[in-house]
Amino acid sequence: MGLCPIVAYPALNGAISVGSGRTFPKANPCHGATYHPGKFHLFACAARLGQGGHTMTIANRSPELSAQTLTHLERLEAESIHIIREVVAEAENPVMLYSVGKDSAVMLHLARKAFYPAPPPFPLLHVDTTWKFQAMYELRNQMAEMTGMELLVYHNPEAQERGINPFDHGALHTDMWKTEGLKQALDKYGFDAAFGGARRDEEKSRAKERIFSFRTSTHGWDPKNQRPELWNLYNARKNKGESIRVFPISNWTELDVWQYIHVNNIPIVPLYFADERPTVERDGMLLMVDDDRFPLREGEVPVMRSIRFRTLGCYPLTGAVESKAKTLPEVIQETLLTTTSERQGRAIDKDAGGAGMEVKKQQGYF
Amino acid sequence: MTQDPVYVTDALIAEDIEAYLETHQHKTMLRFITCGSVDDGKSTLIGRLLYDSKMIFEDQLAALEADSKKQGTQGQGIDFALLVDGLAAEREQGITIDVAYRFFTTEKRKFIVADTPGHEQYTRNMVTGASTADLAVILIDARKGVLTQTRRHSFLAHLIGIRNIVLAVNKMDLVDYSQSRFDEIVADYRAFAASIGIEGFTALPISGYMGDNITSLSPNMPWYQAPAYFGRSLMDHLETVEVGQAREVAQPFRMPVQWVNRPNLDFRGFAGLVASGSVKPGDAVRVLPSGKTSTVARIVTFDGDLDEAVAGQSITLTLADEIDCSRGDVLALADNPPQVADQFEAQVVWLSDAPLIPGRAYWLKSGTQMVSATVQAPKYTVNVNTMEHVAADTLELNAIGVAHVTTDRAITFEPYGENRTLGGFILIDKITNATVAAGMLQSALRRAENVHWQALDITRDARASAKTQRPAVLWFTGLSGSGKSTIANLVEKKLHALGKHTFLLDGDNVRHGLNKDLGFNEADRIENIRRVGEVARLMTDAGLIVLTAFISPFRAERELARSLIPDGEFFEVFVDTPLAVAESRDVKGLYKKAREGKIPNFTGISSPYEPPVAPEIRIDTTSISPEDAAELIVAKLLGDYWMPEI
Repeated sequence: MGLCPIVAYPALNGAISVGSGRTFPKANPCHGATYHPGKFHLFACAARLGQGGHTMTIANRSPELSAQTLTHLERLEAESIHIIREVVAEAENPVMLYSVGKDSAVMLHLARKAFYPAPPPFPLLHVDTTWKFQAMYELRNQMAEMTGMELLVYHNPEAQERGINPFDHGALHTDMWKTEGLKQALDKYGFDAAFGGARRDEEKSRAKERIFSFRTSTHGWDPKNQRPELWNLYNARKNKGESIRVFPISNWTELDVWQYIHVNNIPIVPLYFADERPTVERDGMLLMVDDDRFPLREGEVPVMRSIRFRTLGCYPLTGAVESKAKTLPEVIQETLLTTTSERQGRAIDKDAGGAGMEVKKQQGYF
Repeated sequence: MTQDPVYVTDALIAEDIEAYLETHQHKTMLRFITCGSVDDGKSTLIGRLLYDSKMIFEDQLAALEADSKKQGTQGQGIDFALLVDGLAAEREQGITIDVAYRFFTTEKRKFIVADTPGHEQYTRNMVTGASTADLAVILIDARKGVLTQTRRHSFLAHLIGIRNIVLAVNKMDLVDYSQSRFDEIVADYRAFAASIGIEGFTALPISGYMGDNITSLSPNMPWYQAPAYFGRSLMDHLETVEVGQAREVAQPFRMPVQWVNRPNLDFRGFAGLVASGSVKPGDAVRVLPSGKTSTVARIVTFDGDLDEAVAGQSITLTLADEIDCSRGDVLALADNPPQVADQFEAQVVWLSDAPLIPGRAYWLKSGTQMVSATVQAPKYTVNVNTMEHVAADTLELNAIGVAHVTTDRAITFEPYGENRTLGGFILIDKITNATVAAGMLQSALRRAENVHWQALDITRDARASAKTQRPAVLWFTGLSGSGKSTIANLVEKKLHALGKHTFLLDGDNVRHGLNKDLGFNEADRIENIRRVGEVARLMTDAGLIVLTAFISPFRAERELARSLIPDGEFFEVFVDTPLAVAESRDVKGLYKKAREGKIPNFTGISSPYEPPVAPEIRIDTTSISPEDAAELIVAKLLGDYWMPEI
């Protein structure tokens, strides 16, 4: 295991810009099905099963459906694109939070569709903890290049300085790197609208959150005082100091996300597919030893296991599942047959009992 | 829990995942709402649908069982409501307080359920949930029958245009599965539904708690399978009911333009969600409200050009001609365009704690159009319990009324009953930015064709340059006795001496003529300021520098006046005199009378003054003389603001 790739960048505090900026891509007009298969060999399993990348057009529809009836994925896609365009039309300085996970992948793909043939007219922001899986950093940089979007990477300088890490600091790690880091990054750039890939089916308090969700100047969320959201008319007008979190894939389920990735050949981090990886079993979770910063406890020896991840975060906090699913359909199959819900692999939701996420959100967690 | 879940995991998933994915890729979607009173069992029903369609995972189920023992109301059984009630506060109270969205899927459909609250003060949430729904499930407790809330929810669902109504008579297990009780309730409901114009509904006897007639027909109610009844389970109905999308597609093409996509000089695309109809390359289209026509060149998407796009798709169109078209315009079928108007009759649902102020300007958003609009006092409101029409001066939280709405410029619209996108709107408070109302345009009172702007040969610019000045409005605001008129008079004299063409509007020359029909209550004061703003606009069109000297106590009205005047030409002058100082001056003896209660609604005493937040000019009269203040204002106007020398 090498070093975490983040150290290769010149500056560790504040932002780093990667990618070719906001220019119109020259060689490869950002087309989902046309990325170089060699370069993105890790997603070969997704590409192999695709149907040529034109599956969302009317021409490729099931013969039983009349041309007039849209499928559920077509309705969801149209709604999400509509939301993304509304934000760009009404916000002054929007940004897309990009966590490199599968939901981010879908959200980014929808943004590209919304503004095609132009690249999306906003930057990507990765609020980094320096503890993500290496494969996530690789995909992040590749996607910035492929889309022609500006990539901003933010590290909380205080967390950096104090060496906050998931092994020694527990909940403080998430709080400082992610919650505080996000607030700092949004304030630093003055972003007034931030796209996030949260879905309402993930968690109970998300189910009640609006698509346009307002935050106070201190980034707090008041669930009792949300604006009514009618039809597809979104009120993006904000008061001084307020900012908006916008969730374009609110109405998607985990299965919808997988199915859409499958149909559209969207590149995702290979960790979602099973492979032999070095692991240790700790506190009932299977953890992957992603680099040599992983402090092994006495008696712990990394064991190669065929594992994959249902959700991706900081590698020391993300539990793997043992799996043989090497292709996207196999992953979907496993997801459908499984009996534990998606976030179970994440330690974060277990804090503070049943209301954990709601409390975190009121404090400004995305 | 008597029945096994019917929606067992599809064997196809394990046997042939690719075939399964192929099937599921082509599923349709149904969005529905459930509504009922507090204890009708909505959350339990939704929890049951999730449970029976295998949407509850093992870990969630374990947590649910633990929670049920701790807080549940169902003894040792599983309390499905706990699965659905999300926020911590309501978990404690045991009620649903907001709109929650739930998802489940079967082989035939994906479902999105809006769970909407049952009690009176939350009508706004019900309207919110209903606005995106294709179908409404109205729940009735079989023991209680048709209640006030049942009537209210049915009325709201009908108001918002939901055509598929399902009457679910719940808790049948608690009335011994009685056929006669079911018949009685359905007869009651039928009479009511007909009276408010609901043309048809589907009635089912169910038990959310026991699972009767939810995913399969219940052996406890064999009578329900007789031909006189619907005879199918709730899930069966939800999976097969016609989703009304064909109706939208059959209508003429309309697409509000969301965004003009210009990546380079060779591409100009108009992006939007098709609201109705369908469109093909070669179709003749018209841009509203300008009326200009062109032809669709391409339908551009990331996945390649389309031969046709239909209602519900987000697309980008290019046109054959270079014509003006921007966000807020509507692209429509050329020979069947929607109407353009600026005065409407509309149904308005008030969603805010702050009541409607008739005549105040709000932002109105409809499709992608955002305009300034005023709402008159309602013609009537509807008592949602009795459906009676009631006279009212305003609209309070949760009130539903019919009122005239006037927009400051013509907008493209269709009656809500014909087109939800072009007929639905929201109102936004200009100061708090809260969404305060939802509305449905019913008809135009005055079509824009009849008041079409006369194209004038002599333009605004031409009139101004003949006077060698740029028009401006100096809007003086402040308490009575603050010194507005004094300073404004001095400013006008100075400008006049410089050869500028000016006009001063104040209480004397307006209240005695143009506005002599107005009193001093809040609504009349707003109308007073609105008229002054309009007159100021006309005068700036004539090229004049206009000075106005009115207390104009409300921020919203000053913002309305500002919105009428082109950017950069409006100067808010805050004559800042503390109340104590103004009162001690009391030039006209008005404060004394107000303190004695002889003048109602007197600003500063019995009516509020909202000071400007960011005025262009602020005059502190406690530290500067009127003469110096006038100098300062003229200098600011001449310095900050371009006015060519003679």
